[in-house]
Amino acid sequence: MNRDNDKGKVLIIRSLILGGVELFLLFLLVFRLYYLQVYQADKYATLADENRISTRLLVPPRGIIYDRHQQMLAGNRQNFQALMVAEQTTNVDDTLAAFQKIMPLSAEEEKRIRKDLKKNRSFVPVKIKDNLSWEEATQILLNAPDLPGIIIDEGLSRYYPYGDMFAHVVGYVSAVSEGDIRDDPLLEVPGFKIGKSGIEKLYDQDLRGKAGNQKLEVNAVGRIMKEIEREDGIAGKSVELSLDVRLQRKAYELLGNESGAIVLMNVKTGELLAFASAPAFDPNMFTNGLSSEEWNVLQNNEKNPLLNKAVSGLYSPGSTFKMVVALAALESGIIDRQSRSFCAGKMVLGNHTFHCWKDIGHGYLDVVQALQHSCDIFFYETAQKLGINRIAEMARRFGLGVRTNIGIENEKSGLIPNTEWKLKRFGEPWQQGESIISGIGQGYILVTPVQLATMTARIANGGYEVYPTFRKMTDGRALNLKSLNVSPQHVETVRQGMYDVVNASGGTAVMSGFSFKGQKMAGKTGTTQVRRISMKERQSGVLEQDELPWKYRNHAVFVGYAPYENPKYAVAVLVEHGGSGSSVAAPIGGKILKYALELDDTNQPVD
Amino acid sequence: MYKAYETGFRNQSLSFKEKFWGISFSYVLMIVILAAVGAVMLYSAANGNWEPWAIRQIIRFGLGLAVMSVLAFIDVRIFLRYAYLFYFGVLGLLILVEIGGHVGMGAQRWINLGFIKLQPSELMKIALILALARYFNSVSLQQIESVKGLIFPAMLVMLPVVLVLIQPDLGTALMLLFSAGAMFFAVGVQLWKFGVVLLGGVLSMPLAWHFLHNYQKNRVLTFLDPERDPLGAGYHIIQSKIALGSGGVFGKGFLNGTQSHLNFLPEKHTDFIFTMLSEEFGMIGAVFVILVNFLIIAYSFVFALRSASYFGKLVAIGLATNYFLYVMINISMVLGLLPVVGIPLPLISYGGTVIISVMAGFGIILAVNTNRNINIGKD
Repeated sequence: MNRDNDKGKVLIIRSLILGGVELFLLFLLVFRLYYLQVYQADKYATLADENRISTRLLVPPRGIIYDRHQQMLAGNRQNFQALMVAEQTTNVDDTLAAFQKIMPLSAEEEKRIRKDLKKNRSFVPVKIKDNLSWEEATQILLNAPDLPGIIIDEGLSRYYPYGDMFAHVVGYVSAVSEGDIRDDPLLEVPGFKIGKSGIEKLYDQDLRGKAGNQKLEVNAVGRIMKEIEREDGIAGKSVELSLDVRLQRKAYELLGNESGAIVLMNVKTGELLAFASAPAFDPNMFTNGLSSEEWNVLQNNEKNPLLNKAVSGLYSPGSTFKMVVALAALESGIIDRQSRSFCAGKMVLGNHTFHCWKDIGHGYLDVVQALQHSCDIFFYETAQKLGINRIAEMARRFGLGVRTNIGIENEKSGLIPNTEWKLKRFGEPWQQGESIISGIGQGYILVTPVQLATMTARIANGGYEVYPTFRKMTDGRALNLKSLNVSPQHVETVRQGMYDVVNASGGTAVMSGFSFKGQKMAGKTGTTQVRRISMKERQSGVLEQDELPWKYRNHAVFVGYAPYENPKYAVAVLVEHGGSGSSVAAPIGGKILKYALELDDTNQPVD
Repeated sequence: MYKAYETGFRNQSLSFKEKFWGISFSYVLMIVILAAVGAVMLYSAANGNWEPWAIRQIIRFGLGLAVMSVLAFIDVRIFLRYAYLFYFGVLGLLILVEIGGHVGMGAQRWINLGFIKLQPSELMKIALILALARYFNSVSLQQIESVKGLIFPAMLVMLPVVLVLIQPDLGTALMLLFSAGAMFFAVGVQLWKFGVVLLGGVLSMPLAWHFLHNYQKNRVLTFLDPERDPLGAGYHIIQSKIALGSGGVFGKGFLNGTQSHLNFLPEKHTDFIFTMLSEEFGMIGAVFVILVNFLIIAYSFVFALRSASYFGKLVAIGLATNYFLYVMINISMVLGLLPVVGIPLPLISYGGTVIISVMAGFGIILAVNTNRNINIGKD
């Protein structure tokens, strides 16, 4: 009985302890609640919103690129794609089969679609086919009753109405790649395209615009429940270029099937009106992604359509360099307007003989005549007296061997050698013979067509520092051009020589001259050797150009400007392996300059 | 010697009227309040629909009320008399589902009675408490304090625990162990014996770890470090904490819990219903539910202490502790204090068997209270 009493007491004491502990533990839960719901409430509220709110970027329409007369060079085209939402179909296979009746899918496509369908939840739209035309999209919509689960999505894709005509200038857009700077959240949007070349790349920031924001409430599996907030982006700024569609088309047509470049610029403003490199490619191909096959075709073409020859092509200027030599000589006082020199067809230095292009020689010539006839001996001698350093200095002053920084990628700076360069590059002193051949723009000298156009513009405008640009200048804006510190008289002498090249009998480009309402062209031809003519060949008779394989033929060069009085346009024409400057390049230069003048005359912007 | 009538002790059964007025209506009211909270939360869990959970839960609660009422009117001595029979009957059922489970597909834990799926392991919680109470009622303190006297009750505990473990249902097995342990403590088993068992348990942990299923190992590891696998096993705990924390003091409002309604919160209608409640009604709602549970458990202990009989006391303590374990483990689990072991919050979580077994427990506790003056002998 006593023990029983103890047993009861023990139970009571122990029960009190047990109950107390249990209730105390329960009470402790309140502290945990306080910690989570008060102390850490903000943190968890943020996390809950992060769970619930999915922010999507709204891609703004890309800015339009126009020529100087509001012609669209790059725009956005409506583009449709067919998507399938698996949960809205009665049967995925039936819908796919019905779709195939309207629009066949390749086995590869079908495989991808099935993979995507498996990978995604049934409410996620899966791409069936993209880049559909309006007609194709309509056809699908008309058959909608047979295609449950198929939806048509509308988007914008970049479009270049002029195709390959502006390929190298306007450039193209393409998918963001590994190396691109990720400075903008837009770049993370799947399918977003950025400017990869040309103006598209140069003005990419402006053209891109500012991303909009869409806040969506999503559930745990990502299904969109509702839109919480929407902030539309800012459309990309449009860009107006200095280019003129009509002149560009003309330039492109004139190049035809040749490989080469034409740069046409305003001599006072530097505005580039035509900027063509041929052959080109269709930039529209890049928008939708290029197949490796298409890419290989472009890559392996010997005329190199992917290269923008106007800025990336390096060529010997040939005789078009003679103006620079003449200016350097006049400025240094080695020659003057009246100095005459005798051309016997060749010139000997040590055991080396330098030939004039005219075997029988030109006889006595002054500098203007030397330019007119493009006499080599005159410039050999002049260069020999000048030395390379003075020639180089003048060449640079006129923009040769200097990058123009017009903003097109892969622009080459070219090469204007001097004694210092030679020593540094080869560890050898400069040879006199090297100065001599530099006098006719051969040897180490390499320039780009855009540099040639710049040089020509600077001569045409009387010796002012003009820079090429794609920016359209607002009319009436007085450009304050810096003088190149060359005597106007000397420039005038060179301009006279260039005038005679085209307009005086015996000039190398007489056949290309024109007179449009009294306005004439001045210019200079150049024919640059791609291969060296050996002594043996010279003796046995030089091979005719058309007997040679294409890639060994001479480059044809022409630089010119018009009108001669009060010049407005300068042009540089380069035709790779085209033959002679006077027969191939000069006619092209003449035609485009004339066309530019004609357009100015009608003064009618295209509609 | 005492005289029964002097102390209020009596041996004759109570009349129906006495039994009716003996019921603690405030106790019942608290139970009904919790069930109502449960129905409201299930309505919210279904995005504002009575279907499919709330309506069925209400029906089950009705059934539970009936079970509770019937049990509340039964003389405590009946429970004593049939304690072992009930225990072994349920043990038989456990063996039956074990065999059936192996024959059937995967681990089956229930017997389908048509209108309700009966989980024998759930019934075992009550059966074990009654059996242990009967045993401890019958022995002396001396026996309780001896090792020999503990062999039989230990057997009573281990048989169902092992059966439940191989189901495998770690949560229920642990609950059986804990409520039995609480009863062993209450009757006066020396603390050092708990120490020995605990030590043995710790030492055999590596072995036990070996027998755990992979998903159970994951649960333990994930509890220790929820960020270990934020998309997999840790997801539940992380999302539960986010839901709770973002609820703040006042909550996001009824039907407005984003974590619950956008399905970030898993099992929101079952094990994680407390989280959903805390998200929608904030800390105020959560503390309210804890408070009501606190009172139910406190009342249960008061009933136990008021009971004249050793058996009655022990049964009430065992059942109260059993209920406490449900509440404590479930809430600790959703608050990230314990691993996710799959213990529901009784009366609130959706689930049939638990509500019936818990209501049965309340019925027995009410009966103990009603019969508090009845003296019971050792057998």
